[in-house]
Amino acid sequence: MSEVLVLVDHVDGEVKKVSYELLTAARRLGTPAAVVVGAPGTASKIRESLGRYGAAKVYAVESDDAVNFLTTPKVEALAALAPNASAVLVSATVEGKEVAGRLAVRIDSGWLVDVVDVEADGTGVQSIFGGAFVVKAKVSKGTPIITVRPGGVEAEESPADAVLDESVSISVDAAKAARVTSREAVVGGDRPELTEASVVVSGGRGVGSAEKFSVVEELADSLGAAVGASRAAVDSGYYPHQFQVGQTGKTVSPQLYVALGISGAIQHRAGMQTSKTIVAVNKDPEAPIFEIADFGVVGDLFNVAPQLTEEVRKRKG
Amino acid sequence: MNIVVLVKQVPDTWSERKLTDADHTLDRESADAVLDEINERAVEEALQLQEAHGGEVTVIAMGPDRATDAIRKALSMGADKAIHVSDEALHGSDVLATAKVLAKAIGTVENVDLVIAGNEATDGRAGAVPAILAELLGLPQVTQLRKVTVEGTTIKGERETDEGVAFLEASLPAVVSVTEKINEPRYPSFKGIMAAKKKPVSTITVADLGIDASEVGLSGAYTQVLEAAPKPPRSAGQRVEDSGDGGAKIAEFLVGQKLI
Repeated sequence: MSEVLVLVDHVDGEVKKVSYELLTAARRLGTPAAVVVGAPGTASKIRESLGRYGAAKVYAVESDDAVNFLTTPKVEALAALAPNASAVLVSATVEGKEVAGRLAVRIDSGWLVDVVDVEADGTGVQSIFGGAFVVKAKVSKGTPIITVRPGGVEAEESPADAVLDESVSISVDAAKAARVTSREAVVGGDRPELTEASVVVSGGRGVGSAEKFSVVEELADSLGAAVGASRAAVDSGYYPHQFQVGQTGKTVSPQLYVALGISGAIQHRAGMQTSKTIVAVNKDPEAPIFEIADFGVVGDLFNVAPQLTEEVRKRKG
Repeated sequence: MNIVVLVKQVPDTWSERKLTDADHTLDRESADAVLDEINERAVEEALQLQEAHGGEVTVIAMGPDRATDAIRKALSMGADKAIHVSDEALHGSDVLATAKVLAKAIGTVENVDLVIAGNEATDGRAGAVPAILAELLGLPQVTQLRKVTVEGTTIKGERETDEGVAFLEASLPAVVSVTEKINEPRYPSFKGIMAAKKKPVSTITVADLGIDASEVGLSGAYTQVLEAAPKPPRSAGQRVEDSGDGGAKIAEFLVGQKLI
């Protein structure tokens, strides 16, 4: 079977969940080969875990330049490997999409943006306008490049050999690239990243103030969830913009989405309606969020959420 | 310092958006169109850099006739002139074709030091046009910035994404994209609005840019839509009134769904 390249997302020697999802999707299309672009020694550290999810090969494209320049090292690495591959999968993150777009023009191939599922014949399923339309599309030219949304495909283990291959090296033209002089990690505490999380608990205008957002955070922590906020809550200054879920914020599709005090305007639904299960708590029985919720409670979130937090804690022991 | 700002007219995200039945492209007539919020920030940043370093700000937009509204808005904020790429052939262009046309249009402006765009349009959301432009133009990609400064021929920027903040440095000319945090865009003054009416806007076609019509639009797309359908609306599930046990009921539901 032909090789399907998966660009691995990793931070400090740890593989991000989305990369396991991509390897799972790649198995449907051919033989997955993980591509690790990073500092020397990264690939050998994560080789085993990539193999657990089906990577037959692990390309280590490692150098100082690989970390010191933005985007271009990844584009170079994939462009070098693409001629022998039948498809390239990249996570649909901010940087992933930048890499994929550049790669597409570099190797003159088509790119499917932001798919939520991949079929065995290379057809990508896209969910657009925040899930209002489902589109099936296929690349009609070159080596298909597909960016897959985190949470779109469920990761499944399927052990493979993960043979290390260090044959590819890259060079970066410093005049045509941006140098990364330093980095700061996200100060998000212990909570999972919003777009990576399997559970998201969000608060809306109904939360009423920045201080009271602790109710949302406590429920999120009991569930091991990420915290989100509606645009109304962000605009009112209750929670920082980087946590905004919706059309002008993040798009999430977790296993479980809990909406607290969120009315469910189109704006917000666009960012969360592809969640597998939706639970909503709102005082207003007419709130549109109930139209899409699998389970809704009409009531005061300040009574319901703490009780739920308690119940979850009890069950988790 | 000569700056090109890319702007785009998009359907208002607060209104319902749909695809046309005929060719699965965005039904741009069905929704209110506005200048994409992020574009105003791109224009604002260009104007601030111009105030500090001089030079000219040129707006480039690609889209149907009513993109002129977006262009006028940018001009009334203070940009000097505009280029509008308008051509029937562009209908249905994918992100790659769009970037190729924009790259050619940028090429018509002399001595460009900086190209500034919003980080992501709210309709297409690919968020990759600035990166692709950097690739096509052979320039450094300095994207997703919450802060940008120019000193001499060096540009520095703070890139903020889910991964954290990266401090970038590159030499001009470069391609920049800005995020919502970059600034608060000014409102056009009455004087600005009046002045905008007299500012030059040249409307050009893809042929003017030396691009064959078959390379753009639906025919030039490298991807093909096989089918598109409105998603069956999610149906409302169970709903209960809270009578003191709402939280416990949710917990039961979640247990039933094996979610906790």
